[in-house]
Amino acid sequence: MGSSIDNQQWVSERFILMPLSFYKKPGLVVYVTCGDPDLATTRAVVLAAIEAGADVMELGVPFSDPVADGPVIQRASERALKNGTSLAQVLTLAAEVRQQAQSTGLVVFSYLNPILRMGMEKFCMVARHAGVDGVLVTDLPVEEAGEYLRAMKANDLAPIFLAAPTSPDVRLKRIAEASRGFVYAVSRTGVTGARQQVESDAQKLVLRLRRITKLPVAVGFGVSNTDQFAQVGRFADAVVVGSAIVQTIEQNPGREAKAVGKFVRELSAVSSQPSVPVS
Amino acid sequence: MATASGTKIKVKIPTLDSPKSGESRMGHRRVSSLASSRVAPEAGRFGVYGGRYVPETLMAALEELEREYEKAKRDPKFKKKLEELLTTYAGRPTALTFARRLTQNLGGAKIYLKREDLLHTGAHKINNCLGQALLVERMGKRRVIAETGAGQHGVATATVCALMGFECVVYMGTEDMRRQELNVFRMRLLGAEVRGVESGSRTLKDAINEAMRDWVTNVRTTHYLLGSVLGAHPYPTMVRDFHRVIGREARGQILKAEGKLPTAVIACVGGGSNAIGIFYDFIGDKKVRLIGVEAGGRGEALGDHAARFRGGSPGVLQGTFSYVLQDSTGQIANTHSVSAGLDYPSIGPEHAALKDAGRAEYVPASDSEALEATTLLARTEGIIPALESAHAVAEVMKRAPKMKKSDVVLVNISGRGDKDIGIVRESLKLDC
Repeated sequence: MGSSIDNQQWVSERFILMPLSFYKKPGLVVYVTCGDPDLATTRAVVLAAIEAGADVMELGVPFSDPVADGPVIQRASERALKNGTSLAQVLTLAAEVRQQAQSTGLVVFSYLNPILRMGMEKFCMVARHAGVDGVLVTDLPVEEAGEYLRAMKANDLAPIFLAAPTSPDVRLKRIAEASRGFVYAVSRTGVTGARQQVESDAQKLVLRLRRITKLPVAVGFGVSNTDQFAQVGRFADAVVVGSAIVQTIEQNPGREAKAVGKFVRELSAVSSQPSVPVS
Repeated sequence: MATASGTKIKVKIPTLDSPKSGESRMGHRRVSSLASSRVAPEAGRFGVYGGRYVPETLMAALEELEREYEKAKRDPKFKKKLEELLTTYAGRPTALTFARRLTQNLGGAKIYLKREDLLHTGAHKINNCLGQALLVERMGKRRVIAETGAGQHGVATATVCALMGFECVVYMGTEDMRRQELNVFRMRLLGAEVRGVESGSRTLKDAINEAMRDWVTNVRTTHYLLGSVLGAHPYPTMVRDFHRVIGREARGQILKAEGKLPTAVIACVGGGSNAIGIFYDFIGDKKVRLIGVEAGGRGEALGDHAARFRGGSPGVLQGTFSYVLQDSTGQIANTHSVSAGLDYPSIGPEHAALKDAGRAEYVPASDSEALEATTLLARTEGIIPALESAHAVAEVMKRAPKMKKSDVVLVNISGRGDKDIGIVRESLKLDC
């Protein structure tokens, strides 16, 4: 990484450019739980996913009590915590990935407590210097985010908030106002994990968000295959694939990076059409 | 976002009610000087603690619950209905018993027992369950979920669901199902579905995680009947309000019996619902010492106890900012206690504020001290307390002998011990 001043300007630039990073439609956001099964594997998996066409990587910080996650990510978190994966290590991993991949969006995806324990200011500073673009804190709604937003802004980091099908418009407005980069729309009520069907909830939510914000909308929770990816991609700017990636890692011990690379290439093939402006 | 450092900026402050007298007294000491810009305590905050830290999907439901509760609180019909149920169904007011032989045995302060163990279902938990059940009815929901540790809250929830005709699902760690088998059967007999939780340490914390996952999924049709002064706003305030009746009654009863206020009020603290219930109406009585007893477990190492104020630090768990037992990287620690109801790594945020303000003090009692207290209370008073409540009695055993005969101690016997007979028999190697 360059001198700290260069780095600062570079991060600022990335922060501004971030909404444009979904240059194809739908953009592909890939989630991994860091440290599952170990950090070296995560690094290889992340680089393979980027190589295969991921636009944004979500680096999941394992937490002991992941209340928003289904069984797949719960198991991954347990595996990651068994070998002591910490937020600090995830940020080191982000810096390593950034050295290899300049144009991919990097988003840290965490529960609040590990960040509080590190200290909000320190976390944001370290994340910025690691080359992280944005942060999503699962259990931090906008009302409680004052100090977080201040620290994020001071460090040119993009706060990304969740929008849910149950959020009334007044909340969607607050969420959109506080978010930078993109808004993460939760496809349906429920925890993370594959679904047979991605409900019409998602489309309704995206349409409601379109009336409120010009920010790109990424849809996540439940998208597990290329068909669903294409289906959601028809109305969303970007689609998040999480549990299906984590499951691929779980089911391919010893060849995780290769298997994830293959899966991401399949998804990426769907999203290779150039972006059409959203009317 | 608030932290112990006291820096605080809000995006949007929820509409405030007029601050409650109790809450305004509880300013966080270290913070009050730094946060002079704060005019009034916000709804859902106790000093810097409390708040609402949940995934976005739940926010609308919490806002709805808060609105509904605020409306119900001001509705005389709601109040009347709840009072009627508490009287004719739950068995309020509960007795205040002078523990004559225990007092003689310990040879110090006069000891009075607030008998929440005499309530229907065997513990104070029913107070809150009836209150929330009436709210569920008002909100037009038909499905209720709950978590349970010792099973007392699960039984009380199953009971009110049977009474009101709601569908009921109770999450319980499999370790707790094993050690509180009787309550599992009671819940099932009452028509509830008990779902075992295999994750983590398979105790209360894990049951709450699973209940929250259910709620996130079924939030449109389901009410989460949280059983302690934990979780996101409005739960800590609402659950406290439903248990305030304990302290309100006890204060009147002890004034009548002794003509004066007690020297100390002692209660066990898991999440802290029975403790805040009996403390609350004494908070303004500055001379009354408020003492919460945490689970000291089997030792002082992280993982061997649930004494949040001995080994914990401020953090966010399951929706609220409070003291949490955690490691250096912010992962929540496992806990241990002989009593399932105290076996939890965080504590109600209002207790954290009372502790920081110096208004209440918190001490641990170990597994073996609680077991000893169980036997003593059984043999001196003919009352077998729940192992949770026995922690409060254990503190009385340490404290009363050092007090004057003119001192009066009020102890909350939050539940009865039938559910614990198996554990007690095993632990004390009683030959019966």
